[in-house]
Amino acid sequence: MPNVTAIALIPLLPLAGFLLLGLFGRKYLKNSSGIIGTVLLLASTILALYTAYEYFFVYGKVAGVYEKFVPLQLTWLQFSPGVSIDMGLIIDPISVMMLVVVTFISLMVHIYSLGYLKGEERFPTYYSFLGLFTFSMLGLVLASNIFQIYIFWELVGVSSFLLIGYYYDKPSAVAACKKAFIVTRFADLGFLIGILILSFSGGTLDFSTLIERLTSPETNEFKAAAASTFLGASALTWGAALVFVGGAGKSAMFPLHIWLPDAMEGPTPVSALIHAATMVVAGVFLVARLFPIFSVAVPGVLEIIGWVGAISAIVAAIIACTQTDIKRVLAYSTMSQIGYMMFALGVSKYGGESGLGYTASMFHLFTHAMFKALLFLGAGAVIHYVHSNDMKDMGGLRKLLPITHITFLIACLAIAGVPPFAGFFSKEEILLAAYNNNMAIYWIALITSGITAFYMFRLYFNIFWSKELPSYTKATKGKEGGFVMMLPLVLLAIGAAAAGFIPFGEFVSSDGTVLHSHFDLTFSAAPVILGLAGIFTALWLYKKQNDKPAKLATSLGGIYKMAYNKFYIDEIYLFITKNVLFNLIGRPAAWFDKNIVDGLMNLIGNITQSISEGIKKVQSGKVQQYAIYFLGGVIVLAVLFIYIWK
Amino acid sequence: MNLLLLIGLPLLTAVAVLLSRNKEQVKWISLLGSMAQLALAFMLFFIFRNERATGNVTQMLFEQNYPLFSSLNINFHFGVDGISVAMILLTSFVVVAGVLVSWNIEKMTKEFYFLLLLLGMGAYGFFISLDLFILFFFLEISVIPKYLLIGIWGSGRKEYSANKLALMLMGGSALILVGILGLYFAAGRSFDIMELSKATVSLSYQHILFPLLFVGFGVFTALFPLHTWVPDGHSSAPTAGSMFLAGISMKLGGYGCLRVATYLLPEGAKEFANIIIILSAIAILYGAFATMMQKDLKYINAYSSVSHVGFSLLGIGMLTQTAITGALMQMVSHGLMTALFFAVIGMIYDRTHTRMVGEMGGLMKKLPFISSVFFIVGLCSLGLPGLSGFVAEMTIFMGSWENTDAFHRIATIAAAMSIVVTAVYILRAIGNTVMGPIRNESYLSLKDAAWNERLAAIILVVGILAIGIAPGWLNDLLRPAAEEIMNRIAGN
Repeated sequence: MPNVTAIALIPLLPLAGFLLLGLFGRKYLKNSSGIIGTVLLLASTILALYTAYEYFFVYGKVAGVYEKFVPLQLTWLQFSPGVSIDMGLIIDPISVMMLVVVTFISLMVHIYSLGYLKGEERFPTYYSFLGLFTFSMLGLVLASNIFQIYIFWELVGVSSFLLIGYYYDKPSAVAACKKAFIVTRFADLGFLIGILILSFSGGTLDFSTLIERLTSPETNEFKAAAASTFLGASALTWGAALVFVGGAGKSAMFPLHIWLPDAMEGPTPVSALIHAATMVVAGVFLVARLFPIFSVAVPGVLEIIGWVGAISAIVAAIIACTQTDIKRVLAYSTMSQIGYMMFALGVSKYGGESGLGYTASMFHLFTHAMFKALLFLGAGAVIHYVHSNDMKDMGGLRKLLPITHITFLIACLAIAGVPPFAGFFSKEEILLAAYNNNMAIYWIALITSGITAFYMFRLYFNIFWSKELPSYTKATKGKEGGFVMMLPLVLLAIGAAAAGFIPFGEFVSSDGTVLHSHFDLTFSAAPVILGLAGIFTALWLYKKQNDKPAKLATSLGGIYKMAYNKFYIDEIYLFITKNVLFNLIGRPAAWFDKNIVDGLMNLIGNITQSISEGIKKVQSGKVQQYAIYFLGGVIVLAVLFIYIWK
Repeated sequence: MNLLLLIGLPLLTAVAVLLSRNKEQVKWISLLGSMAQLALAFMLFFIFRNERATGNVTQMLFEQNYPLFSSLNINFHFGVDGISVAMILLTSFVVVAGVLVSWNIEKMTKEFYFLLLLLGMGAYGFFISLDLFILFFFLEISVIPKYLLIGIWGSGRKEYSANKLALMLMGGSALILVGILGLYFAAGRSFDIMELSKATVSLSYQHILFPLLFVGFGVFTALFPLHTWVPDGHSSAPTAGSMFLAGISMKLGGYGCLRVATYLLPEGAKEFANIIIILSAIAILYGAFATMMQKDLKYINAYSSVSHVGFSLLGIGMLTQTAITGALMQMVSHGLMTALFFAVIGMIYDRTHTRMVGEMGGLMKKLPFISSVFFIVGLCSLGLPGLSGFVAEMTIFMGSWENTDAFHRIATIAAAMSIVVTAVYILRAIGNTVMGPIRNESYLSLKDAAWNERLAAIILVVGILAIGIAPGWLNDLLRPAAEEIMNRIAGN
């Protein structure tokens, strides 16, 4: 049986770190705050590994199927009988896997930051925010109630906001954190309404009950939800689709991705943790959590999810080829890889062999967390060294940063899908799932994997080969980061190299049964060849400094420019917010209030005043005048009484 | 527990303030008196909970009834249910904080504190009254001090604002008075809420009296389009005045809309519910959009108050138990939050001498405490989980969604859209004041919050967190009371 205390402590320890460092850090724990945060997280990680071991190898499997456990459920807010927000812990394959991923990556980032942010004035604040984020993310993956996941979803959003805006006196960082919060908030509006619809249809907020009721066509809830329609789609379809909107926002899916590249304004370790390995996969996790509903009840929505994922994957990959800020390249690559996870879910079915996409998606989430965190931390080491984010300030760093170079290369090979590195295995499974279910998406995915290899190695060659380090950056050069920065790189590199050999289907599958993955050399050939082609193209273009890339860019003309400007999606958003929200709605509303509504009130006041000015003269104080009014009144009343009322 | 203590203690404190000799005495007496009142409110809360836990399900607890004018059937009738207890708690939090942030008032200190305490007393009396006549009396007690607070201690166009506020609130009071008298005659000569709640009032009377009472109380709680006193009133009021105005006075209105208009005239409520929903949905969105364009911090909070208070009216209009519970939660939450917001704005203004968003920036560097509180209150305003606003809004949404027709659904979605707009204006305010580079060199010498400001902020933040992290206690307090109201509406 699950050990409740151990599981509850996993999120609570980082929370304790947040409170401790947030309240007392600045004054009393200035120097020890990093160590405190890291030690707490180390304890969390150990507990997470222990929980994973216990679940997967001791008690989790009941009659060959991994069961779902809810060892703790406390009512937080009761709405009506049966409908309440609960704070619970759910233990099933995906939540346990996420526990391991989140705590491990977070621990790596905690350790790395000890070196990266050394000497920062707001060190305690930084670690307290990291603690808040880790707590929220763990609460999110453990949520047993759809409203609970929403609560932690928002908390994750705000910790991301705080960390992107960590350098709060930099205007670009302030703009970026606002943008990230507002764009995801917009998506969360969809999520919220989706929750309202689903929970009303299902008569519960509890995940297990909700899934049970909304996936079996015999229940009354299912019948009612499928029967009531709005604009041609059932309530169930609307609910599921809107919940996915929330997921798409958080996971930076096209066209809600615009906040992710800007989010790179945060410190680089934060980008590794939040905007690469953990928070941005929350949307994928959400779809996986509700997967039975998507696949059984609303397959149409699942198909949309597949397409959104596929389009995001290829669009982001194309943009990534043109960017020169290394963190932005990685940001677009993240978006592209999450697109893979998303469409893998989209092409999956529920149960048995046909649930391959589900397993593949979770597998890719796992491997991606390793190699993407590694890429970001490696990029951080580079940035730390040259004090710039731009490729043009880099080059020839392979001799100066040997450990970073090797680990970065491993990560690049992993993401490019070169066997036997981790990304190869998970990507193969995804491609196979797509091949079996949707050929169009398969082709998109295949092409994208070639592009991925190309832009990753464009990045790699530009940083570590190409030209010699420009002289102006040489002046500031120091040493490669110390032990605390290199240790996470090495550990993650081991993960990125070896994680692919985990028989993932044994542990995680759509219905808890064992799914054996089998590899077919002929199938693997195409993506591997494409990947190698991408790598060699990059080698040819970027290994030595030359004018080939520039020529290529000119010859591509409009297309290059479009991609370089990210297909002008930001500009479209800017146009809408500025011209519609502010100028067309906000300004008139403010004007209307000041001039019309308030003007009306003042008008009433003025009219009253002028009337009273007029009446004032009546009160002259002259007794004779009053007597005349009195007489007049009596006459009028007399007339009324005599002739009208009789 | 004797409820008269709740009026007696502030009255005593106010008298003691009048008799005190110097400013120091005035301040300390006010602080001790309001702290004692806070303790009393907590006592009331725990005794009330205890009574309920032991199975006492009488609607009103601790009732007292003394005849005042027997010939007119006017009585001193007091009693509390969960709603009153919650409101009394809220009031005592805001009063303590208001007393604390006014610590440095130089001009006519004694009179200032006297009026603050009087206003507080009016609110306590209002919340425990079960006789409409007495209730009205206390409502008026809380209006006059506001006029003076703005007119004397205000800033900017203070005479204009004070006049506007007093006239509009008086106008509302006039409607209420007519409504109360109408109810008195229609229901067989009684002002007693408990008696009236059992009386039958004919449909045609309900249809006339409900709008009078609802609009009358609605003026107090910024019912669209009668909210225009809010922005001007707040911008001119001294800090504590704004806190009391938004944290207490607006709640008097919301409480009246529910307890008097809706509870006593259920048929009227059903008849006009859709209009209430339309008006409040407009207020929520329109208030939010109007906030987006404001540049003065006080105007930002004033307009956002219009938007937030719209949520409580929306909850009332939805006429489900959950929505009404949410509406009441929103009143408590908004009271704490907006009082804190105004307190922080006051603290910033005292230091920077500006309230214009565009002129500040980077306050975090020199004012970390004030800035952190600003962050917290901003996040509460935009409905972040863990803080009170989220709990209230979500309860209202869940309750609203129980109405299954398209009209209610669309209104709910429209209201929910405000969560995005709110995020826009709150982050804009935070981004331009607390974050960003320091635009004014002189800000480098600013000093962070003093002890009184810290204490005031901490008290209110604790309140916000207590609701946000563990909302169960407030839910338990309000839900049964909301159920009584719903029973009356459903006709059993």
